[in-house]
Amino acid sequence: MNRRIAYIASNTFREAVRDRVLYNLIAFALLLSGAAILVGQISIEIEKLVVINLGLTAVSLFGVVIAIFIGIGLVSKEIEKRTLYTVLSRPVRRWEFIVGKFLGLAGTLVVNTFFMAIGVFLALFYVSHKFVKADALILIALYFIILEFLIVCSLSLLFSSFSSPLLSAVFAFSLFVVGSFAEDLRNFAGMAHGISRWLATAAAYLVPNLSAFNVISSIAHEQPVAGQLILHNTLYALFYATMALSGAVLIFEHRDLK
Amino acid sequence: MPAIEILGLEKTYSVGFWRKRPKRALFPLQLTVEDGEIFGFLGPNGAGKTTTLKLLMGLVYPTSGSARILGQDWNEPAVKAQIGFLPEQPYFYDYLTAHELLEYYGQLSGVPAKQRSHRVNEVLHQVGLPDVKGLQLRKFSKGMLQRVGIAQAILHDPKVVFFDEPMSGLDPMGRHEVRDLMDELKYQGKTVFFSTHILSDAETLCDRVAIIHKGELRGVGAVEDLTSSVQGKIEVIWQGTQIPAAMKALGAECHVSGDRVRAIVDEKQQDAAIDALRRERQQLVSITPVRTTLESYFVEKLRRAETTAGKTV
Repeated sequence: MNRRIAYIASNTFREAVRDRVLYNLIAFALLLSGAAILVGQISIEIEKLVVINLGLTAVSLFGVVIAIFIGIGLVSKEIEKRTLYTVLSRPVRRWEFIVGKFLGLAGTLVVNTFFMAIGVFLALFYVSHKFVKADALILIALYFIILEFLIVCSLSLLFSSFSSPLLSAVFAFSLFVVGSFAEDLRNFAGMAHGISRWLATAAAYLVPNLSAFNVISSIAHEQPVAGQLILHNTLYALFYATMALSGAVLIFEHRDLK
Repeated sequence: MPAIEILGLEKTYSVGFWRKRPKRALFPLQLTVEDGEIFGFLGPNGAGKTTTLKLLMGLVYPTSGSARILGQDWNEPAVKAQIGFLPEQPYFYDYLTAHELLEYYGQLSGVPAKQRSHRVNEVLHQVGLPDVKGLQLRKFSKGMLQRVGIAQAILHDPKVVFFDEPMSGLDPMGRHEVRDLMDELKYQGKTVFFSTHILSDAETLCDRVAIIHKGELRGVGAVEDLTSSVQGKIEVIWQGTQIPAAMKALGAECHVSGDRVRAIVDEKQQDAAIDALRRERQQLVSITPVRTTLESYFVEKLRRAETTAGKTV
């Protein structure tokens, strides 16, 4: 990897750590241990199901919130505070800055997810006292969650490259919500007629299909995930994130830093 | 080869809600800065100094025109590795310490890893911040941040340095140190291009200056040339506290200061003034022509520009 991108990514990661972003892990740990103790007391059969569902959903939501709230400030905050001036006046290309920022945020989320995953497995061990082979499926769900983060990060960065942090947050969060129901939107497009069919179809394919990344429920029920879905989701996430990042680069390359 | 050639750089912003109203921040600017010069870019606030520097740094794009730095296109990464830039009122990543920040900038500027740590300590010492290890930038005063800004601009030993208002936020001692630093950079053969509205700094430091007002270049030249024009007045100083009546009759502006009198008279009256002092047996100390200061040249240029603008309207 280009060294300058690595330096920018590393600095972005350091910023997140110094700004105490990883403190969310404490809230996550409290939530999960509380839930595990509570569920262990009130149920016998479904405690594992509840812990996996709750744990993975929390991993996803905590990560998405971090991705949006850090991602929306990655570029706009640097312009507003003028910290960019002393970076871009060096031999750093604008696209390198965007890609470095993206990788730094993605790295932060991967590290965050790693620690949360340990928490999920510990809670699981607490309620079931053992691990079974099917528990390895949780790793696939975590992988999909990380792919989802890549998409959300790239979208936040895209909005951050031309909009204010507040508007960027609204745009990114709206797309996350709509994207989580993308399958329903596609079904609706299939049933609609005339111009609304065209509009719904266009919207359904434009918004990120995040519902395809949600396999939490099926994994909690120990249902296997098709290899084809893993491949499809990987390619889709990489393609979508690349497109969104390209858009961010295109906008940022032409922007005056007043 | 000139260090900096500005070839008709021009910037017009689109302002207003629908961005339909053009606002010209910089009229086509032609300027050449020679290698090894300290060049002052002078102008009042809002004159277009920062816009020019931002254009040269590639932070904003020109409406037209181009520039060459060290003989190459100004946006080439190879050129950027050889220039240093201090923005106006710099702000840095405040979660970092000065050492971490400079280490990071050293990485981005391609300073070899083996030299980086030594170089960071060296420049921090050079700007008067040798003992700030472990202190995050959020705890730095405005003057300390300005010093860090200067340190990051010279960290990678650039050939051309651009400073935007380098004395801003500094106390008199700090300003003196920065002036010394600029002299040192010149001594090392570097080219220094700095914007300021503090004319005394420019007069002390610069080989040449340019004056910009409302986005237009109003004058450029060597400081000595601009300030050497005689105003047609002479300054006569004599020992004593008495002002001869004949001197007053010449229309001299006289001021008594201690045991000396200083009088400004028209240079045509020089012989008459000397005769008047002889007649009154006053001891003459000196006679010198009154020269234009950079400040009076600057003010006159701006007044002339205002008058021209008024007539045009």
